Order: sequence, then structure tokens, then C-alpha cells
Amino acid sequence: MKRILVTLCATLLITPALAIDQEQRFEDPEMQARYEQLISEVRCLQCQNQSIKDSNVSLAADLRREIARMIDEGQTDEEIAEFLVTRYGEFALYRPRATGKTLVLWLAPFLLLLVGGFGLARVVRHRMSLPIDDDKQDEGAPQ
Amino acid sequence: MSRFLWPLVAVVALLVFLVMGLRHGDPRALPSPFIGKPAPQFELPTLKNPEVTIGSKNLEGKYSLVNVWATWCVMCRAEHGFLLDLAASGTIPIYGINWRDQRPAAIRWLQELGDPYLASAYDEDGRVGIDWGVYGAPESFLVDPDGTVIYKHLGPLDPQIWEREFVARMTQEGDSQ
Repeated sequence: MKRILVTLCATLLITPALAIDQEQRFEDPEMQARYEQLISEVRCLQCQNQSIKDSNVSLAADLRREIARMIDEGQTDEEIAEFLVTRYGEFALYRPRATGKTLVLWLAPFLLLLVGGFGLARVVRHRMSLPIDDDKQDEGAPQ
Repeated sequence: MSRFLWPLVAVVALLVFLVMGLRHGDPRALPSPFIGKPAPQFELPTLKNPEVTIGSKNLEGKYSLVNVWATWCVMCRAEHGFLLDLAASGTIPIYGINWRDQRPAAIRWLQELGDPYLASAYDEDGRVGIDWGVYGAPESFLVDPDGTVIYKHLGPLDPQIWEREFVARMTQEGDSQ
């Protein structure tokens, strides 16, 4: 038991090796910030739960190079996102754009919240209408 | 009764999503955004002769198979035998894109294992690979005579996959024209 606990704690203490790409690509701090922001929001397709900022596989390095080149060429963030989406699909972006295809992704949390809220309201209203002292009739209540 | 009905409906709905997710197959396989779109334009030196180029012009006017491979790619070795058989059968011209590889190693690989490709493009820095949306070799693209990508397969090819996914699409498209 103790060993399990120690292993568990040790596992929780592991920090992922972040930011493989430490290299300063741009002299202009503003461009560097934009670059870092962009690469942290692009999914590495080879290792799907990492961004290309955190991944050291070859494709991530290629994509970082391409993004740096496009920033150099003065392309906007939208143009760079478009470049990635036409080649790899919306899945490549960690923050999918709100278009027809991805609309359900953006709306689902609010819809679920709404449904949950209605359910909760119904239950609460039902419980409030129950007589307070008569908890024996409430099935499931301990005797 | 209705007390249990809604939670039951919710659980069943979740289970349906779970089963759909599990049946989806290879979770790494993404729908290619190129299906039904023109194949990306490219022009690269060939692997064997840097003076000669190969590109979109070679894909015109016939069905072709574009196979992305590399010597560091283990599964490429697994499908190599099938590619040789396919090339020998003369069903379809196979073009290679040698992706992020080293030229001498790639040439040696073809000498040792046999060369199923009419020609391989040498994509040293992965630039054309990005244009084709390649993220894991081997990948195989089926391009129709108009230069439209009609199918993409991620992972090694074998006779079953070839019949089911590629041949079926070529005959289907041929029929409808």
C-alpha cells in the first residue's frame, strides 16, 4: 500500500518536458511572442496530444520552420491558420475556428450547461414541494 | 419510472458515442482534407538523378498511386513487398515521395529491396510533405486522371486494403463517368 502511494505521488510530481523549441527565432520580441503563441496552438499530428512547440518529432520541427518563414514573410495569423487547415484539417488547430463544421464544438458546452441547469432546477423545485418533515416517504432515505 | 428514464437515455447516448469512438479504427488516421480536391502542385528532383525533376505533370491523364516513404520508416518496409507485387502487376503507376530521408540510404534501400516506383521525388526538407498534409509515413494517395485525390491511406498497404479501398474507388469512378 505504501509503495503504491509513493509511486502515485511520484507520478504526480512528474513535470512534462515543455518547450523543446527554446531557440530564439526572431530578434523582434513582438514577432517572437507571436511565433511562440502560434506554435503552442498547433497540434503535432504525429504525437496528437502535444503542440508543435512541445514536440521534438521531425514534422513538428518542419512546421515550426514553415510558421517562422510565414511570419517572416509578413503573413497574418489567419493566413497561417488557413495554411495548416487546408493541409491537415481543423484538427491541427488546438483552438478550432468557429466555422460551420466546428460550430457544434463551440456550442456544445453551453448547450450542456443549459440542459444541466434545467435538470437541476426541476429536481430542486420538485424537492422543495415535498413536505419537510416527511422524509420516510422519500425512497432511498435511511430509516 | 420517469425518474430513471432520463438518466438511462443519457447513459445510452454516452455508450453509443463510446462504441462509435472505439469502432472508428486507427485513432491517428485523420480525414484528409484533400479528398475530392486537386492534388497539391509539386516539383522535386528525383531520388536517383537530382538533375531530373518529377512533379504534378507526371500524374496527369491516368490513375496514379503516390506513396510517401522513407528508410527510417519501419512500416514502409512492411508494405514494400506489396508495392513490388503491385508494380509487377502493371495495374497502376506508382510514384514515390521520399520524405525527409538521406539520398544514399534511400538509393541503397531500393537497390536492396527492389524498386516499385516509376520514380521517387526526393523531399529532403519535408516541404512537399507538408503541402500534401503528410504526418506519418507510409501514406498512400490515389490520384485520378483529372489530378484529383480520391483516397488517402495512412499506414502500410496490403492486398485487402488495396482491393477494398483503392480498386473499389477506381471502378466506381470509372462507372460513373
